Amino acid sequence: MSRSLSFAQALDEAIAEEMRRDPKVIALGTEFTGKLVQQFGPQRARLTPISEAAFTGMGLGAAACGYRPIVNWRSVTFSFVAMDQIVNQASKIRYMLGGQADFPVTFRCTSGGGLGLAAQHSQSPYSIWMHLAGLKIILPSNPADAKGLLKSAIRDDNPVVSFECVRLNDAIAAVPEGDHLVPLGVAAIKRSGTDVSVVALGYYVQEALAVAQALARRGISVEVVDPRTLVPLDVSTIRDSVRKTGRLVVVDEAPPTCSAAAEITALVVEDAATFRALRAPVERVCGIGVPIPYSPPLERAALPDRERIEAAILRVLHEPASGSTRS
Amino acid sequence: MPIGKLESITAPARATARESPLMPREVPDPLPMLRQMLLIREFDERIIGLRAGGDIYGAIHPYVGQEAVAVGVCAALTRADRVTSTHRGHGHCIAKGADIKRMMAELFGRIDGYCKGKGGSMHIADFSVGMLGANGIVAGGLPLAAGAALAAQLDGKRQVAVCFFGDGAVAEGEFHETLNISALWSLPLVFVCENNLYGGSSPIDVQHRTTDIAVRAAGYGMPAVSIDGNDAMAVFEAARAAVDRAREGDGPSLIECRTYRWHFHNMLRATIPAETRPSTELAAWRARDPIARLASALLSRRTLTEEGLTAMRMQVRGDVDEAIAFAQASPFPGREALLEDVFAASCCHPARACGTHDE
Repeated sequence: MSRSLSFAQALDEAIAEEMRRDPKVIALGTEFTGKLVQQFGPQRARLTPISEAAFTGMGLGAAACGYRPIVNWRSVTFSFVAMDQIVNQASKIRYMLGGQADFPVTFRCTSGGGLGLAAQHSQSPYSIWMHLAGLKIILPSNPADAKGLLKSAIRDDNPVVSFECVRLNDAIAAVPEGDHLVPLGVAAIKRSGTDVSVVALGYYVQEALAVAQALARRGISVEVVDPRTLVPLDVSTIRDSVRKTGRLVVVDEAPPTCSAAAEITALVVEDAATFRALRAPVERVCGIGVPIPYSPPLERAALPDRERIEAAILRVLHEPASGSTRS
Repeated sequence: MPIGKLESITAPARATARESPLMPREVPDPLPMLRQMLLIREFDERIIGLRAGGDIYGAIHPYVGQEAVAVGVCAALTRADRVTSTHRGHGHCIAKGADIKRMMAELFGRIDGYCKGKGGSMHIADFSVGMLGANGIVAGGLPLAAGAALAAQLDGKRQVAVCFFGDGAVAEGEFHETLNISALWSLPLVFVCENNLYGGSSPIDVQHRTTDIAVRAAGYGMPAVSIDGNDAMAVFEAARAAVDRAREGDGPSLIECRTYRWHFHNMLRATIPAETRPSTELAAWRARDPIARLASALLSRRTLTEEGLTAMRMQVRGDVDEAIAFAQASPFPGREALLEDVFAASCCHPARACGTHDE
């Protein structure tokens, strides 16, 4: 059984369910969506001052003392104010201390552009966190995964960062009833295909699916792989798909330099069996490496779109561009 | 509110009915305190030679000269209370009850160290005694302590948290954020500033317009005192008032302990760094030795004899000898330890999961 929920509702539901399930789950943030304070009271749903470094570190400290805090930075932009606590403390503390304690804290943030919020509030910096050993990272692409991954993140005994694409906030789709969990580190084949693998991240999963559907009408079979978790990354599902299709396009709105798309590409080409299966160079469709501009035509030009995704797919298939998805 | 007076941290009346194993003694036995101070000094004096000799790697920050702060504060705490520490953290570890054998093994980078050799001097922790970790980042431990205090408040078991930090940390944003939020939420937290007059190697008046640390607390609605940090019993009294206040749910307070480190800020290689501070200043502070001060008070009160003091010195020397022998006998971690402890056991290492490091 399932019902339709928006991405935002699914995330709210995940938090409410986990707070109901485990009294050690608490929430810290400058603002809450849903009815957290009414449901769980101001002791467990703590509205904080705008002090990201303090409440990020407090989440970690409370995690060290038996709690499972959910720290909401709201936009990932604000997490940069707390970089010491994320980079120097959260990602390293378990290892530095020789594993003598666990730090089950979940950091939530919105990410991505497309809403005209300009450079500071349109960032997708997950690769910065991927680069640090010690943080898990989830990046859901639909309401069901958002709920299931966030619930797993809260139950995980490690610091987990949940990147929630702003453009997915109002996306509505079916979410299973009950205790719906999606394991961390397991990718999903969102559409099976045989001609080309498209590994898409976050918001761009739905865009890749739309392109795949359009190309199917032309007899091109596109497989869409959604990693869902960037750390740990389910590289075997990605490699298996590429070995099957022989072609890879990676789609993400973060700029390509030192990105998740770069890492996925490297993990594919450095594996001998997968490399030998490749029949075309790998293509990356990424955001342009500039601070995301405000003006709508410029912002559109900076972010990937269906045309660019389709063009990349056709290039790896050595097909001429046709504009079948052009609106 | 009055600043710089002990009375400004008003301890609530202690109800006898509330006495429990969680409560510290009303008046601590000064002899174990003296012994602990001697042990800290012996430990940190000895590691200088060990660093010079190459037995210890990386950076060490000796606590020598500041012993009264760690020992005075921790005498007001129970094992269930929690502390966070700084880069100059050995004194806090010892005072909170950590085992110097495992501390020394950690400094030697050995498998029996508190962090299995992965942390070294700046990351020693012992969760079993409430020592949540030294920290290589100035002010980095303050939010963590506030998190421990939040956990204690939610648990309702009357535990408190203490964060130790230096005068340098007062210039960091994390200091101000943590004072504000902990005062706002009345967290059971005690801020202990060890004002040793230098942030790193830079004098305090180069770093702060207001060199009086205690006055900062007033801006956050928090009581504070500035005390002689080289007087262990004065530190204990101030800490007890602040800890009682926190334990009773009356919120955080700040104690500024005026003290001085006898040695360099840090030692990063085999050579001992040259002294850059005025020799008259150094001499004046060495004349205010916190250990000599407590020892002479105890001698004059006949709580301690000269023979007893000598025996105590010999004892801590022997303890540190033993710790060094333990560290030397402990093996280095094997290569397999490299990938362990990044994530909790239930989870795979991402490098393994993605197969890029097939070791």
